[in-house]
Amino acid sequence: MIYLDNAATTQISDDVIKAMVPYFSEKFGNPSSIYSFGSNVNKVIEESRNIIAQIIGANPKEIIFTSGGTESNNLAIIGIAQEIHKKDSKKNHIITTKIEHPSVLNTFKHLESIGFSVDYLDVDSDGVVDVEQLKDLVTENTIFVSVMHANNEIGTIEPIEKIGSFLASLKHRVYFHVDAVQTYTKVPIDVKKANIDLLSISSHKIHGPKGVGALFVKKGVSLKPLMFGGPQERSMRPGTENVSGILGFSKASEIAFKDMEKNNKHMISLRNKLIDSIEKNISDVILNGAKGDMRLSNNVNISFKYVEGESLLLYLEMEDIFVSTASACSSKKLEPSHVLLAIGRPHEFAHGAIRFTLSKYTTTEEISKLLDILPPIVKKLRDMSSIDKDTDMTKFKETDEHV
Amino acid sequence: MNMYSEKVMDHFKNPRNVGELKDADGVGTVGNPICGDVMTIYIKVKDNIISDVKFKTFGCAAAIATSSIMTEIAKGKTLEEAEKITKADVASNLDGLPPQKMHCSNLSSDALHLAIENYRKTKEKK
Repeated sequence: MIYLDNAATTQISDDVIKAMVPYFSEKFGNPSSIYSFGSNVNKVIEESRNIIAQIIGANPKEIIFTSGGTESNNLAIIGIAQEIHKKDSKKNHIITTKIEHPSVLNTFKHLESIGFSVDYLDVDSDGVVDVEQLKDLVTENTIFVSVMHANNEIGTIEPIEKIGSFLASLKHRVYFHVDAVQTYTKVPIDVKKANIDLLSISSHKIHGPKGVGALFVKKGVSLKPLMFGGPQERSMRPGTENVSGILGFSKASEIAFKDMEKNNKHMISLRNKLIDSIEKNISDVILNGAKGDMRLSNNVNISFKYVEGESLLLYLEMEDIFVSTASACSSKKLEPSHVLLAIGRPHEFAHGAIRFTLSKYTTTEEISKLLDILPPIVKKLRDMSSIDKDTDMTKFKETDEHV
Repeated sequence: MNMYSEKVMDHFKNPRNVGELKDADGVGTVGNPICGDVMTIYIKVKDNIISDVKFKTFGCAAAIATSSIMTEIAKGKTLEEAEKITKADVASNLDGLPPQKMHCSNLSSDALHLAIENYRKTKEKK
């Protein structure tokens, strides 16, 4: 199997599994218990909090463990919006971008539906957020701005330091949330330097277990919780802790942070090989997302014109190669990727986009095998295709509806 | 296994009758690249019978498989019989389609009916 969908999820590393196992069995105590069988487990949680805090330049008290990226985003966005709006009802404006992950976009849509005023920032053709537009849109009633650190589909890294310093320079307080799920332990993050108030991270993207993540909440920032219960996680996220998950997350973080430079070097070299060879050997392809340093080390997203992404994905699956597509046909809503449309790709090219995401485990041999297999598959589908470079697309564009 | 039946995967993997008919008697194109599926069906007609059918399709596995099976269903049928082929017929010949693919990608019967219409119109003009 050649697994190239590491932006979706990753394989848990053996060291992480080994570290987790005792907390399912002999060390099963509840961290809130007073006796040592429980409180020893609590120590492990606090050590984990320390490790993660250090990686992002935070204080351990500023880390709240959650069930993952989606919960961290929901808690940050709903929590800050409602907390500030409750204190000052004039404040009802929130800003994000058009290319966020659904766990941010749909949370904004929820807030919009209950009366908050929302602006969605444009991006350029590389997927970089328009900071000037942000400067025009921020008002005294703006509660917070949420911008992802890197896009999950096209891998473009956003100028979060620039946005953070702009927001920090304002006379009125505008909070800053960053969804760093795709960049944590791939791109260095310093929450203080970037003036970040809230930062979401997740474990299963970095060879840790699923079902655990964290939210950095800057000291002094209070959130309205989503759930109510006991005093765990400073009551911002009550409920008995996912002990083995938290430990697995911190172990995965430790390993990934230690090897960040080495892993990036490895992935960038394979990433560039993949992009360069596809561009050289297959005609009519477009790289989606930024190039070079502005691109995530493990992301390749390419539109293969005149073919449809799901077909390409399934032909690759027959060769035991696993990739992802943002094609509409692969989703239930039948709309092509909101990210590819936001960067200005025509629908017909958005449909042919394939995302290859690498990990530290991806090998040169695997990339070479993919590069051997891919061109004939694209050719077969293009030979079968009813559209090509001579097709007059304008004749279709008059009707933007499904038949 | 993915969401498709074995029959869909068979027709997707080894599509029958792919290509164009240069001297086609009727051609029908349906779909829209904006939605992600465009198919063209070419037919040859001899003594009111569809003697040859070919297709070209831009689209997902369901779009390709429905095109392929359609060419098998339609070949040898009279025009009147072919006009009665429905989306449900196409889907059942493939042992079913996932619900979200039933309407958006199951267009080959529409394409065939357009090709027959095109044939009849061209014939009238002659």
